[in-house]
Amino acid sequence: MANKRKVQEVNAGSMADIAFLLLIFFLVATTMNVDTGIQRVLPPWIDEDKKDEVDIKERNVLLVFVNRFNQISVQRIGESGEVIDISQLKDRAKFFIQNPANDETLPEKEIEAIPGLGEFAVSKGVISLQNDRGTSYETYIQVQNELTRAVNEIRDEVANSRFGKNFSELSEEQRKAVQTAVPSKISEAEPRNVEGGR
Amino acid sequence: MAVMKKKGGKDAGAISTASLPDVIFMILFFFMVSTTMREQDLLVRFTLPEATEVQKLEKKQLVSYIQIGEPSTPALRAQFGTAARIQLNDSYKTPQDILEFIASERDKLSEADRAAMTVAIKADQNTLMGVITDVKQELRKANALKISYAANRGM
Repeated sequence: MANKRKVQEVNAGSMADIAFLLLIFFLVATTMNVDTGIQRVLPPWIDEDKKDEVDIKERNVLLVFVNRFNQISVQRIGESGEVIDISQLKDRAKFFIQNPANDETLPEKEIEAIPGLGEFAVSKGVISLQNDRGTSYETYIQVQNELTRAVNEIRDEVANSRFGKNFSELSEEQRKAVQTAVPSKISEAEPRNVEGGR
Repeated sequence: MAVMKKKGGKDAGAISTASLPDVIFMILFFFMVSTTMREQDLLVRFTLPEATEVQKLEKKQLVSYIQIGEPSTPALRAQFGTAARIQLNDSYKTPQDILEFIASERDKLSEADRAAMTVAIKADQNTLMGVITDVKQELRKANALKISYAANRGM
């Protein structure tokens, strides 16, 4: 009689093969690239007619201009620009933001009480980055990179002196405190119309 | 009488492969979870610039991409020339289309996530800033202010 026979088990030997097939498909289809980039926050859009002069004191601004020949010049408002090499940019930016000698012509500092850090003289310096429409993207990114490096190095210094660790090793709260103490004030201003046509 | 057991006398037997499918399935699940299918074809080609201070882009679902570069295939170059083009989703677009693109990308996100939306600009290193400036201005108009200049870690 048929129903007396044992129900035959499905052979699971080929299970591994099927799994392998699927595995190979997903191996091929997987892209595990990690996207990296320099992160920035753009200034909000201001309508042409409502554009007010933003009140920033002249001593608090460092203009960095990259021209169409990919030359970098730094300039203080009211002074003439100075063409520098990319390797000098980081130190110039650092010196400007930190104002170590409390120079009258360099950025003001405001003593703020920061939770977790105590009182700290926060620099009000703003680096205004301008570019020409003919500037190459590569140079622009390098300049952005150097400016970011300047801020990161200052943060590292502060983190080391206050917490004895690098910025990246700090806890979330400590990191916030250092970020407040050393804000990343890099403004991407409207491009100059050196080439014309815009 | 002590009987010495002969070493190696017993057959060790084949290793059971019954758990092999389980192991393979485990690896399979890992790859299934970590896979992101390439959801769009690249119509532009770009070599990203290199930088040292790059940060990882967290939370990929909050990131929208804008690709800028010259057309990727000879056929496309013959048709559109070699000037830098902007690719949004699956076609070439002009900077004026960005407003709409951002609006539709924003609609895909939940209310809470919208503020954290990031736009990644993937541009070729030889692009001129004119194009990128136009894109940036449009992004400002669209109020998509968090951006990331895509760059590879290097130098």
